[in-house]
Amino acid sequence: MTQPVSNCPNCGAKIVFQWSSSVQTVCQYCKSILVRTDVDLKKVGQVADLPPDSSPIQLNTEGIYRNKAFVVIGRILYEYDQGGWNEWHIMMNDGSSAWLSDAQNEFAISFASNTSGLPAATQVKVGQQYTWNNQPYTLSVITPAHYRGLEGELPFQYWDKTNVTFADFRSETGKFATLDYSDEQPALYLGEFVEFDDLKLKNLRTFEGW
Amino acid sequence: MSAGTPPLSNPPKPQAKALNCPQCGAAITLRALGHAETAVCESCHCILDAKDPNLQILQKFQVITGEVPPLIPLGTRGKLRGTDYEVIGFQRRSITVEGIRYDWHEYVLFNPYKTTRYLTEYNGHWNDISVCKELPVIQFSSANYLGEIFKHFQTSDANTNYVLGEFPWQVRVGEHATVTDYVKPPRVLSSEKSANEVTWSLGEYMYGADIWKSFNLPGTPPEAVGVYENQPSPVSENVKGIWGAFLAFAIFLLVLMAGFDLTSNKGTAFESSYRLNSGEPKGEASFVTEVFNLEGRTSNVELTTSANVDNSWIYLNYALINQDTGQAWDFGREVSYYHGHDSDGSWTEGSQKDNVVIPSVPAGHYYLRIEPEVDPRHPPLAYSVQVKRDVPVLGFFGIAFLALLLPAIAITWRSINFERMRWAESDHPPIKIGNSED
Repeated sequence: MTQPVSNCPNCGAKIVFQWSSSVQTVCQYCKSILVRTDVDLKKVGQVADLPPDSSPIQLNTEGIYRNKAFVVIGRILYEYDQGGWNEWHIMMNDGSSAWLSDAQNEFAISFASNTSGLPAATQVKVGQQYTWNNQPYTLSVITPAHYRGLEGELPFQYWDKTNVTFADFRSETGKFATLDYSDEQPALYLGEFVEFDDLKLKNLRTFEGW
Repeated sequence: MSAGTPPLSNPPKPQAKALNCPQCGAAITLRALGHAETAVCESCHCILDAKDPNLQILQKFQVITGEVPPLIPLGTRGKLRGTDYEVIGFQRRSITVEGIRYDWHEYVLFNPYKTTRYLTEYNGHWNDISVCKELPVIQFSSANYLGEIFKHFQTSDANTNYVLGEFPWQVRVGEHATVTDYVKPPRVLSSEKSANEVTWSLGEYMYGADIWKSFNLPGTPPEAVGVYENQPSPVSENVKGIWGAFLAFAIFLLVLMAGFDLTSNKGTAFESSYRLNSGEPKGEASFVTEVFNLEGRTSNVELTTSANVDNSWIYLNYALINQDTGQAWDFGREVSYYHGHDSDGSWTEGSQKDNVVIPSVPAGHYYLRIEPEVDPRHPPLAYSVQVKRDVPVLGFFGIAFLALLLPAIAITWRSINFERMRWAESDHPPIKIGNSED
């Protein structure tokens, strides 16, 4: 697979997109947020250094989910009043992309769903039940959050968003769903909780003393 | 590099970050790397923002003197279910039921590659807690979690009273949550409900000794007081076993009894009727019977005395004598029967028949020497004597049966008692037996 290559309009460093559908990336040298246009890359902002973080996952961590290899290509770090979590953007070896979320080392993998008729942010309440793809889900937590930082490639532009609301759902079978109210239209992600060990992760971060 | 969790053997000294409390200047050690959301100054008890390089103060709380220090000191590493964990946080929470406050302690267990776990301790009872990935289903007063039914135990309002160390969430003293526990010993399923969130967790009962071993703690753990909601009953496992054993033995006994019944010949060896005229001089009362044969193996002999006693008695001195060897068995029997009426109605006492079994009598020629005795004023009395060979002794089986039944009942009783003690602390206490009615 040939990967699209360009140069950072800010510092000239080589920018390689690992996933052809990536819309945005962060230059790993000058931390410029770069958005892909039809012809070249445009600098739209700059990210500060990420705060110290605890996730054992990092860019280029590789793993296996449902017999498909994946690699971590991007990340959004969210913060809310009780803590923070990471959404790792992963590219599967079949060309699709998904999210590996890590909240206090509780891991879930989810895929964007094109389900329509989603409830508005003002309608959802903890304890409500919804059924998507014949799977009932119960709303377990509504989290008003803001983004704290980002890294790598993302499937959408994420440089100008600050406050976002998420509604997280759980099921009786370990399935997991998130309603993302970042845009005017809510976006639904469906997936499941996964065991760290089952992902057979390679190229993990190391922690001194552990 | 190998896949999965990097090896944890021979870890270098944990790299704890050293900082100072902005309030009192005491050293703050951050153990959980970037995981910690809050840290608590151990000397002035300020809750600090662990994510802030300057450790901004989030809350100050008053600490009562004599606050119990964590039983597992912060920073202690141990191996729980095969995984290394470090204790990074400690909090005391409480519920108040009927005006009585109950305190328990929670420990935060950290490993950068594993989901955070918790240990709770109440009165020496420990639980290993992890957050549920699957959502339980509530059915009336029980919860179905992955096909297992947990019974509702208690719903109460939990309050955070004291915190120490680091927490992966923003902890504050004074926080409230509605905690509902469902039990299926040795496990407990709990929901914690706050305004925006419902969290389910699953706990498994642990003994203090195992915690001490896991974390290599000095001394002995505090003794567990009372029965805890999900404490496994030390006897309930045995209840099934003992009743199973009882059933097996009972069947075995019945087979044995049937066998004895079939093989015993139960033949009447001797039978005779006599008439005793009262007032006869005592010395002449003794007589011997004709000789009779006792056959077969060495076995028991049953002697039955029947007499027409009616509000009276007869006493007989017997001797069973082997004519061939001279061996004798001496014994006395009384036959008495009384009846009448009193304020409680009619009553009877005794019987007109008496049985006695003489064990281990060898085969041979035998006769009886009989010496009857009655009240001298008694009218003439008819009585009969019957000797039977080799009768099955059901009494022995009865005793064996009872010997098996008693421990089974005792264990069942202990098990019931344990469950009563468990549920007495719940929202569904059992009805008290023997409650005084005054």
